[in-house]
Amino acid sequence: MTLFKGAPGAKGLSASTGRPARAWAGFGAAAVALFALAPLALSDFRLGLLAKYLCTAMVAVGICLAWGRGGLLTLGQGVFFGLGGYAMAMHLKIADAGPGNLPDFMQLYGTATELPWWWRPFGNPLFALAATVLLPMAVAAVLGSFVFRRRVKGAYFAILSQALAAAFAIWLVGQQATTGGTNGLTDIQGFFGYDLDDPVNQRMVYFVIAAVLLLLIALVRQLIHSRYGELLVAVRDSEERVRFLGYDPANVKLVAYVVAAGTAGLAGALFVPAVGIISPAMIGIVPSIEFVIGAAIGGRASLAGAVLGAIGVAWAKTALSEEFPAGWTYFQGLLFIVALAFLPGGLVSLAGIVRRRRAAPALPLGGAA
Amino acid sequence: MTVILGQTFTGISIGAVLLLIALGLSLTFGQMNVINMAHGEFIMAGAYTTYVLQKSISGAGLSLLVALPVAFLVAGALGALLEWVLIRRLYLRPLDTLLVTWGVSLMLQQLARDIFGAPNVQTRAPDWLTGNITVLGGDDPLTFANSRLFILALAIAAVAALSLTLRLTSLGRRIRGVVQNRDLAEVSGISTSRVDRTAFFLGSGLAGVAGVALTLVGPIGPTMGTNIIIDAFLVIVVGGIGQLRGTVIVAFVLGVTQSVLEYSTTVSVAKVLVLVAIVAFLQWRPQGLYTLRTRSLV
Repeated sequence: MTLFKGAPGAKGLSASTGRPARAWAGFGAAAVALFALAPLALSDFRLGLLAKYLCTAMVAVGICLAWGRGGLLTLGQGVFFGLGGYAMAMHLKIADAGPGNLPDFMQLYGTATELPWWWRPFGNPLFALAATVLLPMAVAAVLGSFVFRRRVKGAYFAILSQALAAAFAIWLVGQQATTGGTNGLTDIQGFFGYDLDDPVNQRMVYFVIAAVLLLLIALVRQLIHSRYGELLVAVRDSEERVRFLGYDPANVKLVAYVVAAGTAGLAGALFVPAVGIISPAMIGIVPSIEFVIGAAIGGRASLAGAVLGAIGVAWAKTALSEEFPAGWTYFQGLLFIVALAFLPGGLVSLAGIVRRRRAAPALPLGGAA
Repeated sequence: MTVILGQTFTGISIGAVLLLIALGLSLTFGQMNVINMAHGEFIMAGAYTTYVLQKSISGAGLSLLVALPVAFLVAGALGALLEWVLIRRLYLRPLDTLLVTWGVSLMLQQLARDIFGAPNVQTRAPDWLTGNITVLGGDDPLTFANSRLFILALAIAAVAALSLTLRLTSLGRRIRGVVQNRDLAEVSGISTSRVDRTAFFLGSGLAGVAGVALTLVGPIGPTMGTNIIIDAFLVIVVGGIGQLRGTVIVAFVLGVTQSVLEYSTTVSVAKVLVLVAIVAFLQWRPQGLYTLRTRSLV
């Protein structure tokens, strides 16, 4: 938490970035809620669900940086989530199978007699752990440098990133023998030597996830309040002016995109021990957009908004889709329409709007955040 | 030789489907700069219209012909409604239209699921579309499916109708005027909001026609829109926003490329390769195949 000490305070950058003291308090409250209140109040089952939601929140941290601060609407976060998830799941599958054995699904299809060459490095735990973050970042760096250097942006970028998610999911489905196809990598039992069926170990996984989420929030907050963070907002608001000042906007965007990919990769990696499965259904177009939904509804430009929005929407999905499977989709659609069309700053902007309305009733709403 | 010709024809017919789907988008996305994710669901609306008409009209041939104008009107009306309720508030925030219309598409999908059920349904093709035309006789005959030829003809007719409308009619001139300079059009006495709605009606109506064509290709289901919309968006992006010529060329090039790649690799690898090719292409022409020359810095 000493990370915040050196951070220059936000000087009216936007309503969503509070003063360090307030952020400190919020951070402390979040830590208390995650580490003390939630484990006491929730059953093992509910805590497991919360762990899942926290993974979605990690993706939202990256989306807040790339989209909320940088204006890069990335609809392909599922790809990076999937890369991290599959990297972790591949290692855990190999570890479950034991030395010399094939993962169960490969034996089932009988097409592979030995581990495919690109699976092998993931047998090494250190390689696999590094890959969960570095692999998504590398893919984002390659794609981003191609796309941003040629000034592909806005809708073009959104559509390309979406197409990437579609292509990746389709590719995974097509490689039945080596990726598990539609089923994905299922039935993961161990996590670095710990049995995931044991509720105590599940709790440990939850604590790891909560700690990583807080760490990511602290890191990205630091980034947002740095000189780079200001530059990123400047690129979002007027790319040409930043270019005339002598910066290369492509590099600025690239950093945000790569960091967002890293958080999504980490989220995917931790999602695997929390849920025990990773499959193409979790990383295609639909989940990729759902990652964005939470951040948008909470407030894309504010870390707190994005994180709370992601957790809230994921929670609402479980709670409502259990009760009304069909009704949930209508509600989700409606929530999305209302939040974006009429409240572009997300729910966190409500407080500011109310305050401003009181001060000056005629003031028009601010534009896109 | 016939294999190559056969694959090329398959590619052309994929291209024709792509073109039909992308044509409406070239109006709503290309001209109006609105990313309508619900466009796929308008296609679905056209397909279900065909299905409903076939249930009520006995002859499959007649119902298909009736479905074309009816689907155009149904999808067009949906589009105009969407424009009136939501999109006109969002013209200054194009990226947000993408997410808002995604919400709309979720709701429309669920609506379709509630009305028609989650499983896919199938329509019957009329008799005059079930056969094949044999082009090259001999030991290794080359045959074209009638339904594919019909879709090709439909795509050509739709392109002709749209480009003639944009070029020759006063409505077309107004649409182009609004696209090129909204403020100037407004002070010249054009009701830009009305033009917006009409353009949206036309673009969405074309989605409905595409939906009718898709009933000849495969089953109809609530999620059919999501799966095809991405390809259509890619066609527009590569073709150049608002460029009909680019849309036509790229639709066929992508169709043939995909078909040839699928033949030599697998469907899933072909998808990835096509995407890589598109990113590479955008390195060469970031604004698409055809672009309006402007003095803008981007």
